[in-house]
This record gives sequence, C-alpha cells and structure tokens, in this order.
Amino acid sequence: MGSNSVRDRLVDQSLTSRYSQWVLEALDELEDPFLITDPAIAGHPIVFASRGFLAMTGYAFGEVLGRNGRIFQGPATDRRSVMEIREAIREERTVQISILNYRKDGTPHWILFHMCPIFGAEDGRVLHFVAVQVPISKRRSRCGVERCGAVLGTCREEVRLDKDLDCSHHAREVFVDMDSRGLEAKEPQMAGDQEKEKAANAINCILLALNRYSKMTGRVVCGKRCGSAGSGVASLPSSLNISLGRIKQSFVLTDPHSPDMPIVYASDAFLSLTGYSRQEVLGRNCRFLNGPGTDYEVLKEIKKSIHGQQSCTVRLLNYRKDGSSFRNLLHISPVRNASGKIAFYVCVQMDESSKNIDNGLSPEMWQLGAVGAVKVAVRSLSSSAGPSRPSQ
Amino acid sequence: MLTIKRVPTVVSNYQEDAGEPLGCGRNCLGKCCLPVSKLPLYAYVADAEKEPSSDFLLNSLLLGQWEERMGRGLFRYDVTACETKVIPGDSGFVAQLNEGRHLKKRPTEFRVDRVLQPFDPAKFNFTKIGQEEVLFRFEAGRGDKAYFSESSSLDRNISPNVVAINVSPIEYGHVLLIPRVLDCLPQRIDAQSFLLALNFAAETANPYFRLGYNSLGAFATINHLHFQAYYLSVPFPVEKAQTQNIPLVEDAAKSSVRVSKLINYPVRGLVFEGGNSLKDLGDVVANACICLQDNNIPFNVLISDSGRRIFLFPQCYAEKQALHEVSQELLDTQVNPAVWEIGGHMVLKRKKDYEEASEDYAWRLLAEVSLSEERFEEVNAYIFEATGLVETEVDKKKDAKESGASYESTMAPHFPEGCLVLQ
Repeated sequence: MGSNSVRDRLVDQSLTSRYSQWVLEALDELEDPFLITDPAIAGHPIVFASRGFLAMTGYAFGEVLGRNGRIFQGPATDRRSVMEIREAIREERTVQISILNYRKDGTPHWILFHMCPIFGAEDGRVLHFVAVQVPISKRRSRCGVERCGAVLGTCREEVRLDKDLDCSHHAREVFVDMDSRGLEAKEPQMAGDQEKEKAANAINCILLALNRYSKMTGRVVCGKRCGSAGSGVASLPSSLNISLGRIKQSFVLTDPHSPDMPIVYASDAFLSLTGYSRQEVLGRNCRFLNGPGTDYEVLKEIKKSIHGQQSCTVRLLNYRKDGSSFRNLLHISPVRNASGKIAFYVCVQMDESSKNIDNGLSPEMWQLGAVGAVKVAVRSLSSSAGPSRPSQ
Repeated sequence: MLTIKRVPTVVSNYQEDAGEPLGCGRNCLGKCCLPVSKLPLYAYVADAEKEPSSDFLLNSLLLGQWEERMGRGLFRYDVTACETKVIPGDSGFVAQLNEGRHLKKRPTEFRVDRVLQPFDPAKFNFTKIGQEEVLFRFEAGRGDKAYFSESSSLDRNISPNVVAINVSPIEYGHVLLIPRVLDCLPQRIDAQSFLLALNFAAETANPYFRLGYNSLGAFATINHLHFQAYYLSVPFPVEKAQTQNIPLVEDAAKSSVRVSKLINYPVRGLVFEGGNSLKDLGDVVANACICLQDNNIPFNVLISDSGRRIFLFPQCYAEKQALHEVSQELLDTQVNPAVWEIGGHMVLKRKKDYEEASEDYAWRLLAEVSLSEERFEEVNAYIFEATGLVETEVDKKKDAKESGASYESTMAPHFPEGCLVLQ
C-alpha cells in the first residue's frame, strides 16, 4: 500500500471534505474554463476541472485530475510567465497573466490565466488555488459581449449570501474566435479588458460558490486572508507545504518552540508507513510511535541530541496505528530558517525491514537526502508567520 | 597587464596548501589516484525528451551527500546559520551575512585582462582536491533511464565529470561541476561541457537549483573548467526582470531558440530559451560564449529554470576596478560581482553592510558591472553573427509596443478581493 493511494484519496476528497458534496454540482454549472488545485497535497495537483476547461483543452476529467498544471505548458510557453505563476503560488497571491498553453492534441493557444488563493477563515491558511483560463482571441469584437451589469454591480459591494446570484447566466457572452488555432502561436497575445473582466467575473462566481458551500461544513473560506494565521498548531505557509510535498521520504517536522514539540508537518510516506491520517498526527508529539518494546536509552539519546541542537541517527522499535511494530532507522536534525536560527527539527524514518529503496542509494543517503531537501525548503522561510514577501 | 588584488575564495580544503608537492596515497583526483578509485556514479539519459523526472533521484543524491559531508565537518562553516533576507523593494535582491566566507589572508594578484589563459598545473586546480570532497560522477548513461551506482570504477579512457563540494558555500548544496577533470581544461566554455551543465540542471528538475559560470576576468579564480551550482528557494531578481524579445529570422538550423534582452535590470544581458532540444539551446549559448572568449570579453552565465532559461552577461567590472574607476564605497563592501551577485544574490561580509543593504546599493553595484548600452549593442552584434541568429528588420516602434510583455501586472485586480469577505 503505497503513498499513491493515500494521495489519490486526498485528491478525490479535497473539495468535498471542505465544501460538501454539493459543491461539485454547483461548480459544474459554471461555464467558464477553470481549474482548482490543492497545494497541501504532494505535487500541488488539480482537484477539479470545469466542463468549459475540458472542452477548451480536449482533455477528459480523469486525465487531468491529480496532475500538476504544468502539463498544459509546452516548448513555446514563455518561461518567465511560468515563473510568475510559480511565484504567485509561493507568495499566496493573485496573478493575472497571458500565457501560451497547449491542448491535448498539442496545439498551442493563448489564454488569460487568472488565479487566486482561497483562504480558510479560521486560520488564514491557503486551502486551494482557483485558476480561470479565458481564451484570448486575436480579433476582439467590440460589440459581441453582453455584460450582466447587475451582476457586476453586486460583485463590487459586500455580497449578501442569501441572494441567489445566478452566475451561470452571465457567461452568455459571445466567444469571438474561440477556436484560436489560426493564431500565430509565437506572437504574444495581450488580453483585452473583456477577457480580464470575464476572468474576474468567473473567479467571483467560483468564490461565491465555494464560500456558500463551505458554510455547510462549518469550515468557511474566503478570497482574502482574514484573521491571523496560526491559531493552535502553527500553520505552515503553502509555499513550504508545496516544497515539502516534493519529498518522497517518510518524515515529519516538529516545532521546538511550541510546548511538547508537536508535529507540524507529516509526509504522505510517513502516513503510509505508520497507518495514521494527517489529522491524527498533526499537533502531537512523536512519542505516539513508541511502545512497550521501545528502548528507553535510545529515547534519552534523542532527547540529549535535541537539547544539544545536534543531529543524531538511532535505531528503535516503533509502532504503527494497528499495533504492529517495525525497526525504525531514525535520523533527526535541526533545521534553520532565514534568520539562521533553528525553526524545526526534521525526523526521517525508515523501516529497516522494507527493501523498497531500489534506486541505488543507501538507506542513510536516502534519509539524508530528505534532510537536505527540508533544509533547502526551510532556509528561505523568514521567522515571521506567512511567506516572506519582499515589499510588504 | 591589468590586475586586481583579491582575497580568493577557498573552494577546497586543499587549496591553501596547493603549493606543496603532495605524493599520492592522498587519494586526490590526479592521474595518480583517480583512475584506480571507485566513485559513486549518476548516469543521466542524454538528450531525452526531457520530462522532469518525478523521482528527484539526483536531488536526493546531491543533497544527501552534501548533508553527509556536513556531518563530517568538511565545510568551513554552517551556511544555514548565516542570516539571509530579501531586501525590500521591487527587485527582491537577496542578501546574506557571511563573515566566514572569505579568508583573512593576504590578497593575491589576479590578471583580469585576458579571458583565455592556458592551464597552469602549478597553480591550484581540481586534480588536487581530496576524493572526500567529491560527491559523485555525472556521466551520460547508455540506457533509457537514469540510474545511480554507489561505487563504480572508472573507465581507463574516460576522463570523468565530477561533482564536488564547495567548502565555502554560498548556500546549502553549493557544488562544483567539473567536466573531464583529468583533461585539465582551462576555464573556457566549449559546447560539450556546456551541454553537460545543461543536462545537470535539467536532471535535477528543480527551478530553485541554478548553475553559474564565471569566465576569467569576470571573477573566476581557478583556471580549471568548472561550473558552480546551489539551491535557493526564492527567485533570483534577474529571473523576475522584464525582458524584451528580439525577433529573429528563422535561422538556418531551425533551432527555435528564442533570444531576449533584459530591460529594467541594472546589468545588461541576453536571455536564451526554447530550442528543439537541450543540445540546440546549449549550442547557441556555447557559441555565444566562445565568441565572447575569442573577443576577450569577460562574461558570466546563469543557467536557470532547470536548464530552460539561460542568462548571458558580458561584463567589465574587473577592468574598471583595475583602472580605479569604481568608487571606494562600493569596493569597501568587497562584493565581487560574479554570476550570483549579478543574478541578485549577494553575500556581505560586514554586519553593517548587511543591515544597511538596500535595493539602491545593489542596483548601484550592479550598474557598474554592466556594459554600456552602446558597447552592449556592439557585443550583441558579434554574438548574433557567431551564433548564426539574425534579427528581423522590424520597426523599432512596433518592437517597443509588443515588447515581449506577455506579463501584465495585476497586484490590484479589477474586482477587489475584499468584496468577497462575508464575515
């Protein structure tokens, strides 16, 4: 049972666990092409693709679910634009950019890509990114667009939830030259005001839907970070989550500055190894892995290393959720952030009886690789909560 | 002969006693020891349809080995204990306070007026480093899948490419890629070595792992062919800078390489991307570098975006410094603008400089590095001729309007996000 099935389940439940089952129907009614991605899942995968998106690109739902958005990029896609999007994700902010994407059949087309983060109301954490993709037509008709003025007006003000805004109707605009296959792909296409407004409208409708349905689960979301990040367990910025999500080894990050050194991050491989779910481990100290056969001397050694801010490698008997035990080759190391001071401890586990490293690396090297990757990711984190923003 | 005095950076623990005749049995990388040694080997697939490898094997290998050397105490300091910050401002220059990077020893003379100089075996070079500083070999494999072998003997007839640690790291994971170490190539670009560097970047498939090259006269201190590389999880300012596409006539080789120039950045430079293959892109840039070398123009190269975006900076700072044309205030900060500094990552030695580091300082320093507009255009003309690329005869007006700006800034979208706060 690999971490793939853990991941698949997370992808499937990403929207419904937060917004209830009904959100899928509501999203299906929206005509615009858009994607929703989940940065907390390893690989930052797509968890929803609208009918409009699938029609525009020629993909089937199953072909994009769980994949990363880079699959729509191709050889002529401007790399700087790709970086713009990557940085907007890392900095948890909105971006609107014209970019060349590729359909399933390999043909390139220009789109206006408008992405924005969705924040959890209670902790300010980024839960999803919504990315609307409006095709850019070469010849923009000046009179083909019908605007639903009432909708626009309402969106500018505080929206009252009870008002049933039928957002699907505003999208009856004429798609001028939607089939842009005739475009000289290499020429950069600039999005016009129509496309920008269309994108912004679409985003609003999606956000409204998500907000509405999030109230059903009692875990509300909003389009702007409300309240302070980090109540209870320190929530990691999604940029760190995304970096950590690329690391395949089993590991956890613990916070030495909070009482009892709780786990603040657990990799999918850790969950697979131990049988616990993420909710069951976050906020707890690692000692739940110990049991009757765990050598007390080893635990003392670990404690001593941590007190001395040193790294250590030990072997001890640990226990999974189902009670079964495994010999754990455990490596613990302090991890510093941009301030140069220790921000976390990383604990990398390896089941000594499993023979699943087949890439030629020794177990020790495989573990240290995870330590290094964590150190690189955390190194750029500033001490203040949230991602480091240069000019804010 | 133009020279400047510099305290050289120590990249190897064997650098300082390089003058002593050291016999074999020292396990070095010379012809005495290397051919009978075994080293870990990472074999990449050459010129494949580059799909980013999803298992990040090379990253794990490089980082794991690096961390292991840290545990062995091979580095002169723990770079992660050095404070670092993004300087406020639009560019996002990155500054680091590192008081331990440079030796407090006598400065050495470096000749800065010749980009091509013959290899001198008496000077320090990478055959003199100990094998413990080598992490692994990086070679083209024959199969259709990349693989790693923990211990592999060397072929008699092949001079291995090695990846070694930089014992004075700028950042975590700072390594040196040394192509064909036994061939003792001087610091100069050739197409084969450049392609190796591109493959290295592509194989890590990590946008935060960059490679850099400094020519002699552009702050390379060791005249033995090498590229540097390290991880930094934020964008380099140069990567964020706007660019203006240079429209090209479809060139004879139809390589599909796109070229643009940096605008609104203190250092003038060219950006290369695209190409039908890594080799196509590599060959164009290598030819550009060779042209600069042949014309004695010092330059730096930054390989970014996993080998998909390459920056080329012809520069003239060392010459200015030798001619005493650089202000003392800038010289006092002792920042030598090599590729990383030009990219926007600066290591500062004095606390005062770090605390006062501003975007203005960074800009002023880097502006000194840049060629003038006039000279840059001249140099571009050489480069275009050497690479066989031809600029189209377009209206300069039309050019300016459609300036590669597929980027539209929207920090303030049309509909304020605030309208969706429903609490």
